[in-house]
Order: sequence, then structure tokens, then C-alpha cells
Amino acid sequence: MVDCPTRTMKHLFGMADLTAADIYHLLEMGESMASINRRNIKKAPTLRGKTIINLFFENSTRTRTSFEIAGKRLSADVINISASTSATKKGETLLDTAQTLAAMQPHALVIRHSVAGTCEFLAEYLDNTVIINAGDGAHEHPTQVLTDLLTIQQSLGDIAGKTMTMVGDIAHSRVARSHLVAAKIMGYHVRLVAPKTLLPAQVERYGCEVFHDFDAAIPGSDMIYMLRVQNERLASSCSFPSVREYHEAFGLHRARQALAGDHCLIMHPGPMNRGVEIATDVADSLNSRVLNQVENGVSMRMAVLTHAINAKPVAAVAAVEEGDDDED
Amino acid sequence: MKIDLVIRQGRVIDPAHGVDDVADVWIHDGCIAGIGSFDGKAKRELDAHGLIVCPGLIDMHVHLREPGAEWKEDIESGSLAAVAGGVTSMCCMPNTSPCLDHAAVVMQVKMRAAQVGLCHIHPIGAVSRKLEGTELTEMRELSRAGAVAFSDDGKPIWHAGVMRKALEYASTFGFLVIQHAEEFQLTKGGSINEGWISTQLGVQGMPAEGEDCVIARDVMLTRLTGGLYHVAHISTAGAVAQVRAAQAEGLAVTTEAAPHHFALTEEEVLGYRSDAKMSPPLRTEADRQAVIEGLRDGTISVIATDHAPHHVDDKRCGLECAAFGIVGLETMLPISLMLVRDGVLSMAELIAKMTVNPARLLNLPAGDLGQGAVADVCIFDPDGEWVLDRNKLRSKSHNTPWHGKSMQGQVRYTVTAGTVVFEQEQA
Repeated sequence: MVDCPTRTMKHLFGMADLTAADIYHLLEMGESMASINRRNIKKAPTLRGKTIINLFFENSTRTRTSFEIAGKRLSADVINISASTSATKKGETLLDTAQTLAAMQPHALVIRHSVAGTCEFLAEYLDNTVIINAGDGAHEHPTQVLTDLLTIQQSLGDIAGKTMTMVGDIAHSRVARSHLVAAKIMGYHVRLVAPKTLLPAQVERYGCEVFHDFDAAIPGSDMIYMLRVQNERLASSCSFPSVREYHEAFGLHRARQALAGDHCLIMHPGPMNRGVEIATDVADSLNSRVLNQVENGVSMRMAVLTHAINAKPVAAVAAVEEGDDDED
Repeated sequence: MKIDLVIRQGRVIDPAHGVDDVADVWIHDGCIAGIGSFDGKAKRELDAHGLIVCPGLIDMHVHLREPGAEWKEDIESGSLAAVAGGVTSMCCMPNTSPCLDHAAVVMQVKMRAAQVGLCHIHPIGAVSRKLEGTELTEMRELSRAGAVAFSDDGKPIWHAGVMRKALEYASTFGFLVIQHAEEFQLTKGGSINEGWISTQLGVQGMPAEGEDCVIARDVMLTRLTGGLYHVAHISTAGAVAQVRAAQAEGLAVTTEAAPHHFALTEEEVLGYRSDAKMSPPLRTEADRQAVIEGLRDGTISVIATDHAPHHVDDKRCGLECAAFGIVGLETMLPISLMLVRDGVLSMAELIAKMTVNPARLLNLPAGDLGQGAVADVCIFDPDGEWVLDRNKLRSKSHNTPWHGKSMQGQVRYTVTAGTVVFEQEQA
């Protein structure tokens, strides 16, 4: 993670802020957090006395709720601010809003914004507050990818050497970018499947394979990762002609799932458009890990918050991490 | 009789007359009285030993924001920035509010420029009313009010039919049409060059083809109409190649390059730096090299800054939200001198692109040191090193990507019509 001026805390802007060792460490923490989440009393004192502000300028149900639950289960004081109720409606600038909140001395600001680079931008002006990117425009969504990695690890073991086939609107996807960066760090392969209209320029420079034929990309895949398609916006921008044609060519339906190996996981960061990028029977199939992703989202955000705010880790992690507090 | 001013023993470079000699330049009644060895007495003497003495620079592409956005810049602050950069003549673009689509507004700008009196300001008139790209302005009337060329800069003249008529009508009277070459349907929503960097940043890009395809169309229309066509702020390899081919064919196609397009690449935007956001955007290294080659071989005859002041609030808001443009008047000369240091151009060739070339293109009474010419002079130290501090810029706006960077080449004196209007404070 990126050092923030106070040094005891770390920002998380994107996957490139993490090393493979950081990620394995976070996954390990995430596993131990998962055990808290399965307990009857879902509370640990790790972040007691810490204040976390979830500052969401974009609508979000799962990510905001996930961060909120993560903070609360670690005993932090969590405040949620969404754009619709915030000062931005009154014409306050993004920077003023963020500085105003930072002046109240929270330990962490969890930020989602529709503009790429918002966290980097704000970090230049905010001291003493760690910033965690909860999704910035089409740039990155690192906590989603950490969540995905835990999910994969639970089903298939180490991510290194695995093949992820990612399908859909790569061009506008922050999840795709975070995976493409993470794949290099963690040594997994990414196959992208999309019409050319939904691929960003020179995307092959990430070191991924690019397919336009979904069927051809499936054999050998360890997971098929479907991205949400915003059908209204994309049809009007000529990115594809119709949902019907998109679903035929790039949707995951039963016949296509049959081309995959038995172990192949079906993943989706949500929210799903059933019948558009993913058929209902596939989304609900045995190999679907969609709800595991959601569950792990809470665990991994607990791990990230703990790591970022650098509170005393929970006992299980502390044992592993002894004497190693300042290393990443 | 004492003459007004003598500039002693500088290296006098006047590309219009092929002069490049150590000499005195003496000035009287606002005009160049002679170049050579001056033995008489002068009311004021400037010591130019070790300095270059050249015609006052011309920047044919600036945005002065007056009338309408005076919190970003006005004619006075823009003039102060100009003379601090050695610029004694500048052409201001018409995208003010109200815009320069009516003679009264053009005259107002001229009047304010005269009141400020630091440098010559030549407005560029709007091609279309309200810059809407649908109906032509009264170009002949605007010309009589002081407009020296026509453009809808900031926006392209997007409509092929209007562009055809604009080229035909303007060239009826010998007027130049300056195009901001950008196909909005290809650049819509974009902030930076489209490519690997825009992909990594997750920021919508603007492809080079957004610039190139407008120029391709306009070259055809220039061929069709016999118009006089000038491409503003050229930035791509494809655009340079098209202008070169059009010139080889004998068409009246010219172009200018901004210092940032030959000094910087798209890598400047990494880290979401909004001070490196402008339109057209910083491009790839291959594009930058093509622009340099265009300057070297003469395809690009003019250097102009596209000086675009923006208030800090319009830049301090994240890359995708930030306004397009950077200030340029005070960095034009030091940045451009890299072309001489790198052996791309001789000093005289470089100076020509900032003096006599734009003067001839726009028929300005400026850009040379001939006897009797208006005594606009720039005196600079080509090796003088300084560090750019954005807070010390004379412009009201501080949006520059060169803050904190070391500059080589420093303006020491600027003379407009025989009056010393700028003197560099010596540390």
C-alpha cells in the first residue's frame, strides 16, 4: 500500500499499491475475518475507537453495505455519506467535501466516485486520513478483486497459474483493470472476451489474451468472470446493437457453460443483469460463486481496513505477523 | 539630438532580413532607427552583451478571457504575462463571452489593449455567429474592426458545408481560417490521448484520428475552395503528414505547434495531473517526434502557445473534471529553445517561427527589425537558467505543467514600440 504521511497508515488506491506478499497477507487475514463473520456474535474489538467514513458519490448497495458491516464488526464507528444527501448537491466541490470530513479526524475515508483518480487526487490534499478506493470511475476497484481472490483461493487453492476468462464491458470496468493489474502481481492468466467496442485501447499490453469468440476462450478456464453490462447506455453509444445479440454472442448461458471444465467457477461482481450477460440457471448453478464473493467482500474489507488503519490485528493474524508490522 | 533608446552589443538576429551579428540597435519615436555601430547619445541604454536581440515575439494563439471570464485572465494580466515572455504581439481567440462575433466586441478588445498599452493585441474573429458553427459572421466588418484572422477555436467548425463556405467567403477577402481540428463524435467524453495510458488510468481517451480526420476533410475543402487554411495547435504525426502533403501539392495550408506538444508526451498525465490536460491532448513520443520533424522541415512554420488560463478551482478537481488548457506565454521562449539546443533548428530559424513567420501569415506590422519598423524587441539570455514558480507567473492563472521545473533561456528586456515594458529583475 502507499504510505500516507502519518506512516502508520496506508492508502489503497489500486492493486499496484500491493505486492504479492501484501496480497497473501491480506488473504490470510481475510480467512480469519471470515471466521468472525460465521460466529454467532459477529464482533471483534480490532478497530475500537477508530472512525471510518464511507463517502459514496455513486449509488452502491453491496460495496457500501459491505464496508459498513466490515467496519462495524471490527467495532469501528462507521459513518455513511452518500452523494444524494451530501453537500455536493449544494454546489460544494469534491475537495471541500472531502477536506471538511477529513477535518473531523476520521482514521479512514472509503471513497467511491464516478471519476477515475479521485482517491489519488484527494490524497494530495488530505493529511492524517487513510484513503481506501471503493471504486473510481473506470479505473480500479481493489477491494472487489481481493474479495475475488479469496473466493478463488477457497475453491481452487492458490491463484497463481490459474486462468480467468473475463467477459463483457472491459472498457468501462474498474474491476477488469484491477484484475489485469493483479494478474501480473499474482501470476494468473486473464483472457478477455468482448466485442471490440467494449475493449479499451491497447489492452493486450497488460499481458492478457483477447478473444472475440467466447466459446473459444472457455476451454482451460478455471473461472469465468462475467461483468455487468449497462445495456441502456451501451446500446445508445453503439457499443452493441441489442441485448438479444449481446446475450447470444457474449452472454453466459447453459450451453456455453457446458464447454467449461467441471471445476470452472462462475463469478460476477454484481449487480447481475439476469438474461443479459448471465442466464439465470448459470447464475444459480452449483459452480456459481456469486454469493461467496459477496460474503468474502465483508471479510476482505475487514482485512483491508485493519491493515490500512494498522490497528492491532486479530489474534490469529498477529501470530503469523509477529515482528513484521511495518514491512508492507 | 539624443535618440530614445539604444541596445548595445547584443547578438542581433532578425530573420526577416537575414541579420545575425553583434551590433547596436537604436530606436527613436517608437521605430527602429538603425542597426550597426551607434556612436551618438541616447536617453536610455540597455547593455545586451551576451544576450540575443530579436524582434518582439508574436504568439498567434492565446486566450485572454476578457470579456467574460476575467477571474481567469484579463487583457492587462495577459499583457503582463506576454511581455514577461518576450511577446509583443499576440492574437486572442474569440471564445470569450460575449464572443468575438461582432465588431463592437472586437473593438472593445482593441480599446482595452490600447488602454493597457503593454503589447499589441490582434483579435481573431469568430467564423460563426455565437461560435455555433451554423451561420457565418460578418468577417469583412470584423476585419475592419481589427480582426486579423478567423476561427471558432475551442470548438471545431464541424459542419462540412459551413467549413466550405467559411473557406470560400474568408478567402474572398484574403482572410485566413484557423481550425481547431477535433471531431467531437470521436473525442466526446475524453480527457487525454487515447492509448495505453488512458487505458491504465481508466480515463476516456481522445484518439489521434479525432484530429486527423478533420484535417483530411479540410484539406479537401481547401483544394475545392482555394481557401487559406491554418491548423491550430497541431499534435499528431498523422496531422503533420497531411499538412506536409497539402503543402507539397501547393495548397495554402499552414500550421502551428504549441511548445507543450513538442516538449511533453502523454506520460505527463500519469498520476492524474490535471495541469497536463489540454485539447488537443499531449500525445505519444512518436507524435512528439513528428511535430519536431515538422518544425525542422518547415511544415510547421509557427510556434504559438494556446495560452489557456484557468482558475485553480477549474483545475483542482481531478483529471476528468478539470478544464482543458495550460498557460503558455511565459514559458514559450525557454521551452522552445530546446529545439536549438537539440539541433533541430538554428537560433534564427526558431526566432522566425515566433516572429516573421506569423507576421507574414497574418499580415501583422511586426516581426522584424528593419529600419522604420515598429520597435518591438525581445532581449533574452539563451542560457539563463531559472526555476519556474507558478506563483510568480504574471498571468492570473497558474495552470502549468512546468511548476518547479528548471528553465533554460530567460527574457531580460521586452520593448514594445520603443518603450521598455518589461525588465527581468536580476537575482
